[in-house]
Amino acid sequence: MGLITALLMQLGQMLLVIAVAPGVTGLVRKMKARLQRRIGPSILQPYRDLRRLFGKEVVLPQNTSWLFRMAPYVIFAATWVATSMVPTFETGLLFSWSGDLIAIVAMLGVARFVLALAALDTGTSFGGIGASREVMIASLAEPAMIMITFIVALIAGSTQLTTIAVTMTTAGLRVSLAMALVAMVIVALAENARIPFDNPATHLELTMVHEAMVLEYSGRHLAMIELAGSVRLVLYISLIGCIFFPYGLVVNDTGLLVHAAALAAYFAKLAVACVLLAMLETSIAKMRVFRIPNLLGIALMLGLLGTLLLFVKASM
Amino acid sequence: MSSFLACVAALLATSGLSLILIRRSFATVTIYSFCLVISLALSVLSVLAIGAAPSTIVLPIGLPWLGAHFRIDALAAVFLAIVNIGAAAASLYALGYGRHEHEPGRILPFFPAFLAAMNIVVMAADAYGFLFAWELMSLSSWAMVMAHHRREGTTRAGYVYLLMASFGTFALLLAFGLLAGPGGAFAFDAIQAHPLTPGLAGLVLVLVVIGAGSKAGLVPLHVWLPLAHPAAPSHVSALMSGVMTKVAIYAFIRITFDLMGTPAWWWSLPALLLGGITAVMGVLYALMESDLKRVLAYSTIENIGIIFAALGLSMAFKAAGMGDAAALALTAALFHAFNHMLFKSALFFGAGTVIEATGEQDMENLGGLIHRMPYSSAAFLAACLAIAALPPFNGFASEWLVFQDILVSPHLPQMGLRMLVPAVGVLLALSAALAAACFARAFGITYLGRPRTAAADNAVEADRWSVSAMIVCAVLCLLAGIFPGVVIDRLQPAAVLLVAGQMPPQMHIAWLSIVPISASQSSYNGLLMFGFLVLSATLTAGVIHRVSSRAVRHAPFWDCGYPGAGPVAQYSAASLSQPIRRVFGTIVFYAHEEIDMPAPGDIRPAKLRRFISDPIWDYLYAPIARVVGAVTSAMNVLQFLTIRRYLGFVFITLVVLLVVLTIWG
Repeated sequence: MGLITALLMQLGQMLLVIAVAPGVTGLVRKMKARLQRRIGPSILQPYRDLRRLFGKEVVLPQNTSWLFRMAPYVIFAATWVATSMVPTFETGLLFSWSGDLIAIVAMLGVARFVLALAALDTGTSFGGIGASREVMIASLAEPAMIMITFIVALIAGSTQLTTIAVTMTTAGLRVSLAMALVAMVIVALAENARIPFDNPATHLELTMVHEAMVLEYSGRHLAMIELAGSVRLVLYISLIGCIFFPYGLVVNDTGLLVHAAALAAYFAKLAVACVLLAMLETSIAKMRVFRIPNLLGIALMLGLLGTLLLFVKASM
Repeated sequence: MSSFLACVAALLATSGLSLILIRRSFATVTIYSFCLVISLALSVLSVLAIGAAPSTIVLPIGLPWLGAHFRIDALAAVFLAIVNIGAAAASLYALGYGRHEHEPGRILPFFPAFLAAMNIVVMAADAYGFLFAWELMSLSSWAMVMAHHRREGTTRAGYVYLLMASFGTFALLLAFGLLAGPGGAFAFDAIQAHPLTPGLAGLVLVLVVIGAGSKAGLVPLHVWLPLAHPAAPSHVSALMSGVMTKVAIYAFIRITFDLMGTPAWWWSLPALLLGGITAVMGVLYALMESDLKRVLAYSTIENIGIIFAALGLSMAFKAAGMGDAAALALTAALFHAFNHMLFKSALFFGAGTVIEATGEQDMENLGGLIHRMPYSSAAFLAACLAIAALPPFNGFASEWLVFQDILVSPHLPQMGLRMLVPAVGVLLALSAALAAACFARAFGITYLGRPRTAAADNAVEADRWSVSAMIVCAVLCLLAGIFPGVVIDRLQPAAVLLVAGQMPPQMHIAWLSIVPISASQSSYNGLLMFGFLVLSATLTAGVIHRVSSRAVRHAPFWDCGYPGAGPVAQYSAASLSQPIRRVFGTIVFYAHEEIDMPAPGDIRPAKLRRFISDPIWDYLYAPIARVVGAVTSAMNVLQFLTIRRYLGFVFITLVVLLVVLTIWG
């Protein structure tokens, strides 16, 4: 019975993430539009877009290989598997111990690696420019994320997200955690191709990163990639939520009311994150490509400083 | 023990046999099949020997008063397994690849001798046998590097390799001299019995880092590696990169962990520092390079850096008396050595098939091979994923262990180490991310996109032996990534032997997870990761194909309204790494660009030139070469003198030596 419930909870969370993800993207767009004094499309628009894309035919560029056709599914699967290990509203998921925070980062790395290859498979300059910039961003964002993992893991004494979330509820305020939070926000913006790193709404050659890589995708393939992008946004919000604001997470409780409250808290976190993201994106401009490394370098340095602080502190 | 020696003798006999068969058409097949069978036998024997009690034998050959000591303990058995699995894969590959060799006589006698030499280095238990085999290993591999001696650059590669190899052996010779002490106790058990003073230990450490590090490719002693490894035929490159560097790591572990006795904490500094720097420098070099085999050679340097950093951690923990943490780091290092042997072999095999199919090894002239070489490209892709440390492959499992061990290091007692370890952590994290960029580039430019030359357009799939060797390596990469616990458990006897600690047994853990310290701290399950990934990908694909439109149309790609952009308009290897070159290369390699843009109306073509300089060559090796050159030309006057003057010199030298001896004694 316990196993079946746990399995259902795990499956439920995985499905919840997919169900919520387009809505989160829609909410961000809506909030951005409102902040720019536009009415903007409905929050449900991403769902409609997905439905329409699923119904359309796929236009495959000539000369692409099996890799191009398989990539969308692998990208989606890797992102989804990574998300399934992040506690959304309940900790102690059945499969959360199959991978820790480092494995989650690496799973997202798989998605990015495959996407970069798919972009190169088209044999166009667009694919190349996107892949080239993406690997540059990743080469700094990934180490920064590993350093954040170190900070969090050193405080919690574990890299398992469940343990981290439980420890963080009582961890209190720390300088290194604040550094980790700032670094994490920078990394999350970079990984989700948001302003100031990339503009999700652009189709201008000089500014594209993520959009350039997926330029040749269409129909159901594009739908999978869009969905994976939305899921990744939810993943990072959940990650920041469960590490830095683990309030309202269910820990070892089976009460229905507790679960409902936790779910409500999770939705509240998502909504707040969407509003903050929209405000950030409206208030700052996109950076030039070669200024991106500076910002990511700051994230990396913050991560290193936070880790050093903890290493030094261990002696006292 | 005797079965091991019999196999090695059989390898040497095969080498002799090749001299007889050299003119026969079946020589290649015969020699490589012999090597394959013997290496397979040795692999099985050595895997079985890992858990067994150490066995020793003394043969009455070599120095008369010393004899030849051989000893196989857990550490030697682990490295024998690495050496011989790699050797078996290379022999299998060579069964097909070797047939394309124009002058097989330049390879065949040396190949079995090289395998035998590497085996003897690992089995030897006295300094004489060790150094003899070490030199045999260097020379036989040098001979194979020189196999294509008429090709441009090969002679220079061979020259630099020979210089660095002799220099390294010289350093090891001095190290063993210091270890043996004035009594001349050259057997390893006698060396272990007599402890070193801290000053001598420091000197031995420096010499070992030079000797073993230069063979392994530690920065700044790596200069020969990216020249020599690519110059050899590809199966030999795979052996040199995947296996011979591991023998060098064995030498480092054997001397520092075993022969030198109880470590002090500062012994870990060179390995940690140089390891971290080597990891990042190696992969940055690789990203600046467009020759496929040189990219692979530089990435070997990166992986050697990771292994050395893990060894440094292990040494620090051992000195601090934290046996289990030291065992974790040592396991990570050995596991990564094993993994690197697998994926680097597969990658060099892949480079060999590409060169065979197209005659090109510059990535800028390749592209689109995935359509023409479907099987080898799939194996190459798997190896790329593995070396980029992406789950569920084996590279991730071993790097994950290294990161877990860094998280234990705040418990180290020395403040200096605690400050250093996070910095090494950043370097390792950077190198892992850059490796992903490097191999997305290597695979993307070589195998994907549109063919950039006619040669790449007309490529055909390699023969079935070559392809099967690649697939075997790729599958082993995946298996070691899905079941890392199996490999980790096999490595524990070596950890118990060297650092007196061990990781918890992994095979009994539910669902085959791996747990480095305790389940509440961290666990990773490659099997579930792989299962989830495959399951969710197929499930999604199935659902999507059921509910959505299945229509597919092939069309030209979007050309922005400028049709006819040829394959040249694609991103190239150089342009793909341009952002990374601007971010990292400007600091490390003084990379800069010169743009010559003609004025409007001028019909000159515009030009963009890249400049990259290698700081280590410019500031370390070039000055040494200049000094040596100046000294030798100054001494040139001594060359053509009369015999009387030479006799005079002999007399003066003798007098000086005697005076020195009188004062010294």
